[in-house]
Amino acid sequence: MLHIEHLHVNIGDKEVLRDINLHVDEGETHVLLGPNGSGKTTLLMTIMGYSNYTIMKGKITFKGEDVTTMHAHERAMRGIGMMFQRPPTVSGLKLGKMLTAISRTKQENIPELAKTVHMDKFLERDINKGFSGGEIKRSEVLQLMIQNPDFVMLDEPESGVDLENISLIGTTIGALLEKDKHLAKRRKSGLVITHTGYILDYLDADKGHVMCDGQIRCHGNPREILKDIKQRGYRECLECRNQ
Amino acid sequence: MPNLSKTDQNRLAQSGIDLSMKNRCGSYLQMDQDIVHSECSQEGIEVLSYKKAMEKYDWMKEYAWKVVSPEKDDITRYVAAQKEPKGYVIIAHKGSNNIFPIQACLFLGKDQIQHVHNIIIAEEGAELHIVSGCTSGEHVGIGGAHYGISEFYVGKNAKISFTMIHNWSENIEVYPRSASVVGENGVFLSNYVCMQPVKKVQMYPTATLKGANSVARFSSIVISTPGSNMDLGSRAVLEAPGASAELITRAITKGGTIISRGHINGKVAGTRGHLECKGLILQDGVIYAIPEIEGSVVGTELSHEAAVGKIARDEIEYLMSRGLDENEATATIIRGFLDVRISGLPEALQQQIDASIDVAEKSGF
Repeated sequence: MLHIEHLHVNIGDKEVLRDINLHVDEGETHVLLGPNGSGKTTLLMTIMGYSNYTIMKGKITFKGEDVTTMHAHERAMRGIGMMFQRPPTVSGLKLGKMLTAISRTKQENIPELAKTVHMDKFLERDINKGFSGGEIKRSEVLQLMIQNPDFVMLDEPESGVDLENISLIGTTIGALLEKDKHLAKRRKSGLVITHTGYILDYLDADKGHVMCDGQIRCHGNPREILKDIKQRGYRECLECRNQ
Repeated sequence: MPNLSKTDQNRLAQSGIDLSMKNRCGSYLQMDQDIVHSECSQEGIEVLSYKKAMEKYDWMKEYAWKVVSPEKDDITRYVAAQKEPKGYVIIAHKGSNNIFPIQACLFLGKDQIQHVHNIIIAEEGAELHIVSGCTSGEHVGIGGAHYGISEFYVGKNAKISFTMIHNWSENIEVYPRSASVVGENGVFLSNYVCMQPVKKVQMYPTATLKGANSVARFSSIVISTPGSNMDLGSRAVLEAPGASAELITRAITKGGTIISRGHINGKVAGTRGHLECKGLILQDGVIYAIPEIEGSVVGTELSHEAAVGKIARDEIEYLMSRGLDENEATATIIRGFLDVRISGLPEALQQQIDASIDVAEKSGF
């Protein structure tokens, strides 16, 4: 579904991603691990098509189509979606209005959908303004439910979320990724950034990648990598050259 | 109702004037200097021409030129000098209230100066909602001007909401001169919407809060296009304990000039006021915010915030990542920026304000 080859990305004059190669097949969920500042969010934003991440070299192919130079909305229309860790506050723009704009001609029952993630009371609130950590995540998940992307990127879906909400968010994301469907029928793919791994209880990730200094250094079973990191930190993981 | 071209009827509708009278309880329509319509079906509320009101009620002269001075400036002097004063008087008698607003329409069809003197009174316990649509016809050629005096009297426990929607054109100059006085527990809401071009608007309405616990809220939502010069302000004078005022402005320039003035004067203890001006510069133009707060006693609490800038790139891209193209994302953010919910305003009027912004949105702001 998503294929990244030799991707080099700059922010301004500074190189922030170096020679990234990543392949996510249909139905697969991958996990991105790595210390703070290693480039995980940068990679997601680049895949989403944010304009201040300049692709210097390399190629992003999505469902067989080269999307390297496409704008964010063109990628979104093709089925790429993202749950942001820190989405901006848009003063005056009501969450309900945003959801209506996203749903376009789809006949979604927005209030009913909002209820499923306990966001029905937030539809008349300015988007993200004064939202708690958990509320931001639920608002993001709700937007993704309406957008219904085929490739779902999640930037630390569990950060700032209490235990009760993790279960709600995890289950909802699981449904977005069709984890409730049999493997053979699963079409949705995901790429998830996590530090704690709590979200993996709901996602059953297939592969893990460790990033450091703007590079992917290591691949493997996500649970094993996470266990290693928890025991020994990132040091050994970063020495891994199992690419 | 007069014979109007389809275009002019549409322009009236965009200014909040519903010729079918649906959701309206009364109307006043003045074309140039001719009063063509004046009625009200609501018991306890009268809509009269200025002339008729003066003839009918001897006490009306106690209300004329009392909160706006005829000597204020050239505009007031011009209107005061008219032998045949025009305009409307709306009286909400004690305890009356209108669920559906009264519409007052001032229509400028020919090149000239249109002058009006309006007096709006809500007696004790009365509640009065007015939408004032001001527009010019498609046949105004080289230009015209509108001079409007408005005096508002909000009695004890009374409420007036006055929503003015301007829909002039590039060749019209507009000089409203208005002031209000608010009694004990009274509420005065003044809303101004101008999404369309105008050559010049200059106004600085003042609310004097004389009664304890009285409230004034001014909300202005404006877009200035190239050639439009808008000098807008609002002032609240807090003269009684518990009085509070809120002055909110959302201003967008697409090449025109907006001066956004505001002044809250806290004269006694136990008063509160907040002034907020947010401006977006979409194309090079001027937004000049001059917020003033003046407190002269211990126990008045006044604040202001003003910000002028552009739409943040990350906000646009956030919406783009949900599938909106850049233009749609920008328009959606602007729509949100202009979306001021006015507490205490009837839904029909809030919808009218929203509808005027919708028209601007459809043309891509």
